[in-house]
Amino acid sequence: MIRLLVYLLLALAFAGPVRAQSPADAAYTRLASDSYAEIEASIVGLAASGDPRTAPVIQALAEGRLFYRPADKALFVKQGDAVTDARTGVPAPATEGLKPVRANNKVRRALDSALGTLNLLAPDPGKRREAAEAVFKARDATVLPALEAALSRETDAGVKRTLQEARAAVVLAKPGSTEADRLAAVATIQGRADGDAMGILRALSADPSAAVQAAAAKGVAAIETRLALIAGASNVWYGISLGSVLLLAAIGLAITFGVMGIINMAHGEMVMLGAYTTFLVQEAIRAHAPGLFEFSLAIAIPAAFLVGGGVGVGIERLVIRHLYGRPLETLLATFGISLILQQTVRSIFGPTNREVGAPQFMTGAFDLFGLSITWGRFWIVVFALAVFFGLMFVLRRTSFGLKTRAVTQNRRMAAAMGIRTPWVDALTFGLGSGIAGIAGVALSQIDNVSPNLGQGYIIDSFLVVVFGGVGSLWGTLVAALSIGVANKFLEPYAGAVLAKILLLVFIILFIQKRPRGLFALKGRSVEA
Amino acid sequence: MAPRTPLLAMIDTKGWIFLGVLLAVCLIVPLFNLAVPPGSPLHVPTYVVSLLGKYLCYALLALSLDLVWGYGGILSLGHGAFFGLGGYAMGMYLMRQIGPRGVYGHPVLPDFMVFLNYKELPWYWLGFDFFPFAALMVLLVPGLLGFLFGWLAFRSRVTGVYLSIITQAMTYALMLAFFRNDMGLGGNNGLTDFKDILDFNVQAQGVRVTLFVLTAVALALGYLIARFMTVSAYGKILVAIRDAEPRTRFLGYRPHHYKALAFTVSAMMAGVAGALYVPQVGIINPSEFTPTNSIEAVIWVAVGGRGTLVGAALGAVLINYAKTLLTGAMPEAWLFALGALFVLVTLFLPQGIVGTLIARLGDRKARIAARLPPEPDIPPRLLEEGRGS
Amino acid sequence: MSAALALAEASSTSPGPAGAKRLTNALLYLDDVRVTFDGYRALRGLSLTLGRGEMRAIIGPNGAGKTTMMDVITGKTRPDTGTAVFDGVHDLTTLDEATIADLGIGRKFQKPTVFESHTVADNILLALKGPRRAFPSLFGWRNRVEAERIDDILRIVGLVPHRARPAADLSHGQKQWLEIGMLLAQDPKLLLVDEPVAGMTDAETEETAKLLREIAKDHAVVVIEHDMHFVRALECRVTCLHEGAALAEGSIDAVSADPRVVEVYLGR
Repeated sequence: MIRLLVYLLLALAFAGPVRAQSPADAAYTRLASDSYAEIEASIVGLAASGDPRTAPVIQALAEGRLFYRPADKALFVKQGDAVTDARTGVPAPATEGLKPVRANNKVRRALDSALGTLNLLAPDPGKRREAAEAVFKARDATVLPALEAALSRETDAGVKRTLQEARAAVVLAKPGSTEADRLAAVATIQGRADGDAMGILRALSADPSAAVQAAAAKGVAAIETRLALIAGASNVWYGISLGSVLLLAAIGLAITFGVMGIINMAHGEMVMLGAYTTFLVQEAIRAHAPGLFEFSLAIAIPAAFLVGGGVGVGIERLVIRHLYGRPLETLLATFGISLILQQTVRSIFGPTNREVGAPQFMTGAFDLFGLSITWGRFWIVVFALAVFFGLMFVLRRTSFGLKTRAVTQNRRMAAAMGIRTPWVDALTFGLGSGIAGIAGVALSQIDNVSPNLGQGYIIDSFLVVVFGGVGSLWGTLVAALSIGVANKFLEPYAGAVLAKILLLVFIILFIQKRPRGLFALKGRSVEA
Repeated sequence: MAPRTPLLAMIDTKGWIFLGVLLAVCLIVPLFNLAVPPGSPLHVPTYVVSLLGKYLCYALLALSLDLVWGYGGILSLGHGAFFGLGGYAMGMYLMRQIGPRGVYGHPVLPDFMVFLNYKELPWYWLGFDFFPFAALMVLLVPGLLGFLFGWLAFRSRVTGVYLSIITQAMTYALMLAFFRNDMGLGGNNGLTDFKDILDFNVQAQGVRVTLFVLTAVALALGYLIARFMTVSAYGKILVAIRDAEPRTRFLGYRPHHYKALAFTVSAMMAGVAGALYVPQVGIINPSEFTPTNSIEAVIWVAVGGRGTLVGAALGAVLINYAKTLLTGAMPEAWLFALGALFVLVTLFLPQGIVGTLIARLGDRKARIAARLPPEPDIPPRLLEEGRGS
Repeated sequence: MSAALALAEASSTSPGPAGAKRLTNALLYLDDVRVTFDGYRALRGLSLTLGRGEMRAIIGPNGAGKTTMMDVITGKTRPDTGTAVFDGVHDLTTLDEATIADLGIGRKFQKPTVFESHTVADNILLALKGPRRAFPSLFGWRNRVEAERIDDILRIVGLVPHRARPAADLSHGQKQWLEIGMLLAQDPKLLLVDEPVAGMTDAETEETAKLLREIAKDHAVVVIEHDMHFVRALECRVTCLHEGAALAEGSIDAVSADPRVVEVYLGR
């Protein structure tokens, strides 16, 4: 829509001059010359004309494809064997005796600048913005008139801002500009708030005007603050992103370990199974219904839940059920199960990474207050929170959740009230494992899908649950996010590995201080 | 309750069998390696001697783990860390023994440091060219870490699965640290290409046999120390703490002192095991710190029978022998077998091989000793039954 | 309670922390002790004084704070506010369980807690009064205790024939007695006994009452119990707790006649 409007305006703007004797015509004539000075002047004239049709001509000159006929000074553009009239763009019959329009370094500089200027008027806003950026960086005073012209026509707010910044940069670079202009320019540049802007303002420390110097210094400080804020915000975002991954990995454990008290060392393998389920779903879609690929993750989520949950119920019925009240042995048995599951997957799918694709909506990035956020990470954060609150809802508001809490708090009493406790145990464990499975769907998008996928998360997940306070879902959320953010804030200083080591040490020490975690359940019964 | 039990009386039947077997192995293996010519079917090749030596190192590691798990109820999932630290201390000594004979021929720096542009030896390498110092570090470094970690954790009353989880985090953190090149300990590749030990060629047949015998002696000593500890009043209190920690407190004991002592001794034993392991295997790298390794050691103890000491050693040797066989014949099957072992032993053989044998054959007293501890570590939620008052 | 507070006269047995002034002559002195768990007020200003060598029975409905009181005395639970002084000089609110046990306070749990995988004799051995440091226990005197010394105690609780059995094999009542035996081995100044006859037959209950009366001859004893026949058999002063504070105190007849006690505990 906007693009259409721009075309319309451009058409209106150029309709008149093109039909009449355009200022470009005069410039064209001077091009057909042997004098470099003439050619240069002509290029400047063409650029200043603002006529977009001059762009291909200048382009051709830059590439050595522009020729003139000495007889009548007509200009032709060669494209391979085809020859067209430069002014009209009409194909011309092959002519003899054409001489190339030559260029030296000075002319080439003029060409570059002219090309940049002409792009300021290109129909594509993206191109215009690029051109404005180029001017901003080059700060060539001769472009100023073209810049003004472009500014007066510009309708896209974003491009307009870039143009203004470019003009401000040029004004500041030009020796003769007035103090008022320069002050206004400083203000404009300051609004840009990036490294380049800071460079320009820093250079003003030698400005003749004290007022400009002061304004520039203030501007630098303001930009520094803003940049620091953005850096902080991006750390927070990356931290939340990492935290959401931890949350996804740990949230199932918050049920099986936190609520039921079962140490499930095969938890990571449920995540891994979820990731492989995603792989299989995508394979099936690729083979049978490629059109559904966009929905592959949506299909994989319930599938992974069923796979993880099913395996979980199986493990509970076959093994864990016999080990209630013996947590250390549960730990060993489930570790054995994790080895078996890993090796099973390795035998079936091979030890190498399998490729899981990303649907369209998971790719790309968007900009938020100067912060570039990838859609994939964004959706994973949203997904993690959705899973968390969904689980919260199930445990707090459904009759199944009520039974689960009843059984875990007082098994005998629950049984006496007619709750089938073994059934609740199996389903609760299945729920935790199923959630691990759907975590695998999300993690398949950011991690290597290999048989070892789960191993990488198991220690982190346990630490998140213990750090947050066993039995507290909120604790798990807070722990996951704070560990994620702390990790990202440590990384710039310590490096990724050392940051992780420091956090591990911190959590180990923290558990000494508060053995029951951040959100410990207090009371007489806990410490029995 | 007999006053002044003579020291030998502390060794019971299974202990005598164990020491007897060790002695026999100590005599037979070197004899059949050195005295029987290589062509003979009775000849034990040198690589087998080192392989057996490796098994005995694992047996010592398992023994150290049994001391804390079987008697103190402390399920450490990080004993590989102590093993690895002892191994690195020995590895550093062996690196210094290479001297200028490295590939780069640097007079002081080991190859990997030359490669990483080190200008001089980091301070913590000083002294490792001196064997007694290195030997001291083999005991001191794991012992100190074990003491600090144990003291803090036990004083804060971190028990049961919580303790298991943080021991696992400890070895995981160490693994990450040792993988870093900046650690100055060879990073990924670890320490290897050893040449001499005490100026003897570490590859030589005689040295290999000597190392094997030394490992067997260390295992026997480890057993005697652990046995002495567990039959003393100290050991009884340790078991009492395992069974009912709060009760011991109200009797006036400080459980964290007892546990920290056991943990420290155990860490040192594991360190010695690691130190003996390195020259026989020829390499030490950060993979020794992977949590999986430590958990594997736990299953050795579980299979052999925890709380029996002898069983732990037996389990380590049996499982590692099976591992050698299976990974050679059908590598895919090994993890299946190991996984199944974890599940089946916890479900069907909770007392392990030796524990079950004792229950079947043993006298009454031994049966008491092998009795499984009740686990006080039921997670808080499951304990939420109000105590009426 | 302050009526029973007799100040000064630092003539008594145990030496307190250096420079500490003896606050009271009572063996155990609790004043205005308050404990809160997550908003639940378990003790709401409990005060209690126990004289030397006195036996006291504590009764009260569930949730009255009886066990929490024991937790405070033995250092398991730290009170939010309040005073707990043992032997006039030792501030119990600042000491840990082991130190308190060492001062001479022994405790028997509500659920019999003995070391199940040890023999009866070893249970007593571990309880015997004496240094309890970790390292010396490897070589120390506890490795060379005469069987006779242990049998002396087993004789009192009637478990001599069972001395070599694992404690796990004992009956419920025998475990209770073993635990009392362990208390005796500790030789404390004060015994805290939580529901010693729960789950016992009538005959066993009677035996236990006799045993406790015997022990009370040279020890101070606090007994928590619901069984009013048993409490009567103890022939001692009774304190009734209710909602975390002392409701009534006096002889068994006086307390059981108190209308408030009847209201909250005994029932009409």
